[in-house]
Amino acid sequence: MKTDNIRFFPSEKEYKKIVEEKTPNSKKVQGFLRAFWVGGVICVIGYFVGVLGEWIGFSEKNLPMFNASVLVYFGTLLTGLGIYDRIGKYAGAGSIVPITGFANSVCAPAMEFRREGVVTGIGAKLFTIAGPVLTFGISASVIYGFIYWLKEYVF
Amino acid sequence: MNRRGDRTVVFENEAYISSSASIAGKKEGDGPLGNSFDEIVKDDLLGTESWEKAESELVKRTIYRCIEKRGIELEDVGVLLAGDLNAQIISSGFAARDLGVPFLGMYGACSTMIESLLTGAVFVASGASQNALACASSHFCTAERQFRTPLELGTQRPPSAQWTATAAGACLIEHEKTEIEITSGTIGRVIDLKIKDASHMGAAMAPAVTDTLFGHLDDMKTELSSYDKIITGDLGIYGLDILKELVKRKYKMNTDELFYDCGANLYSKQQDVHAGGSGCGCIAGVLSGYIIDLLRKNEYQKVLLLGSGAMMSVTSSLQGESIPSISYAISLERCEND
Repeated sequence: MKTDNIRFFPSEKEYKKIVEEKTPNSKKVQGFLRAFWVGGVICVIGYFVGVLGEWIGFSEKNLPMFNASVLVYFGTLLTGLGIYDRIGKYAGAGSIVPITGFANSVCAPAMEFRREGVVTGIGAKLFTIAGPVLTFGISASVIYGFIYWLKEYVF
Repeated sequence: MNRRGDRTVVFENEAYISSSASIAGKKEGDGPLGNSFDEIVKDDLLGTESWEKAESELVKRTIYRCIEKRGIELEDVGVLLAGDLNAQIISSGFAARDLGVPFLGMYGACSTMIESLLTGAVFVASGASQNALACASSHFCTAERQFRTPLELGTQRPPSAQWTATAAGACLIEHEKTEIEITSGTIGRVIDLKIKDASHMGAAMAPAVTDTLFGHLDDMKTELSSYDKIITGDLGIYGLDILKELVKRKYKMNTDELFYDCGANLYSKQQDVHAGGSGCGCIAGVLSGYIIDLLRKNEYQKVLLLGSGAMMSVTSSLQGESIPSISYAISLERCEND
């Protein structure tokens, strides 16, 4: 290069600083408050689904399954109706962390990739978002179960 | 046509824009530049059954409009230079399949339109083709599923995130004189200041734009002030701020009025797209409508267009690579009819 403009450029470190200065951060307090109240409302709904389950007559052992099924159903339904992504845009973690968010993370890729086929689209991509949660969740439960077994039957 | 300086090509009354057309989606149509598009498509799918087919249809429609406005037929097109953001540039390739014209696929990520115009101008100026059609497109839904997350996933985007524009633009370049001349073009270099945040493309691309801008001005031995406007593609609101900061290190002048970013101006604040628009269609659509109109109306005499593209992929990001970027420049000048 005959002309050298590199001398006008900041170093990588300096540039990082410039970028940070010029870019606003997410509004944290607002984010926390929104996540708190929406997440809270979802949990309250979950509580009343539990009450409903008891009233129907589910046993204590089956009640969590009834509760989870109902919440997953509505998370999926709202995703299909194109509402859940709007809730998520507003509430962030408030609607991602509850089980309805899990339903959303499975349903959304299913809708997105249905055009690539039932097997190669939906089948292959269904767990692209939720996959890591399942992988590490199941792995952790296996390890936990092993420790429990050691404690109960070995020592 | 001559090479000047390190990497600039100068055209001397050899390449003119004779026709242009742009088509945009509904959201872009609702934005402040809505009136400048030739057509606004209400249906995201354009009557097809997938987003990719829709984008391809968008490309075809834009090309048809562009040649219709000039009054020529498909058979008269010497070469089509087109590209998009989809892997293996399928939107352009599939459109070219249906059009049946000589086709050169281009890829410069979001800088594709300027890369195509520069290459097309070289084809026309050298006599390799009697005319050249430059085109680029992007679609929010195809980009989102390829680069980010499924549409219906409920996530939040940071303030620096940009919105891929659903838009396409096409320009016809000819040897015969018209009101708008392509006077020069500068080839970019891939620049990387090690930004890794894929939701802050403006920060990744601003150094490449700065490098090409400095290179262009050096090669042409000219100053920033010789242009009425310096138009960047999709740096977004914050990327543009960063660019101004970088430019200030060499040219100590107030550049607030001089720079215009297509992405930062494509949507209004109320549309809540965070830092602005992005994608190949962003500068392609704004140039082929709004900017060309302003040149025709004599509002601008001389503008420099700087497209910028991030040369990364999902794979490179997952492997922890930073985002290298490139920027191409072309200058457009209004010439009076004799």
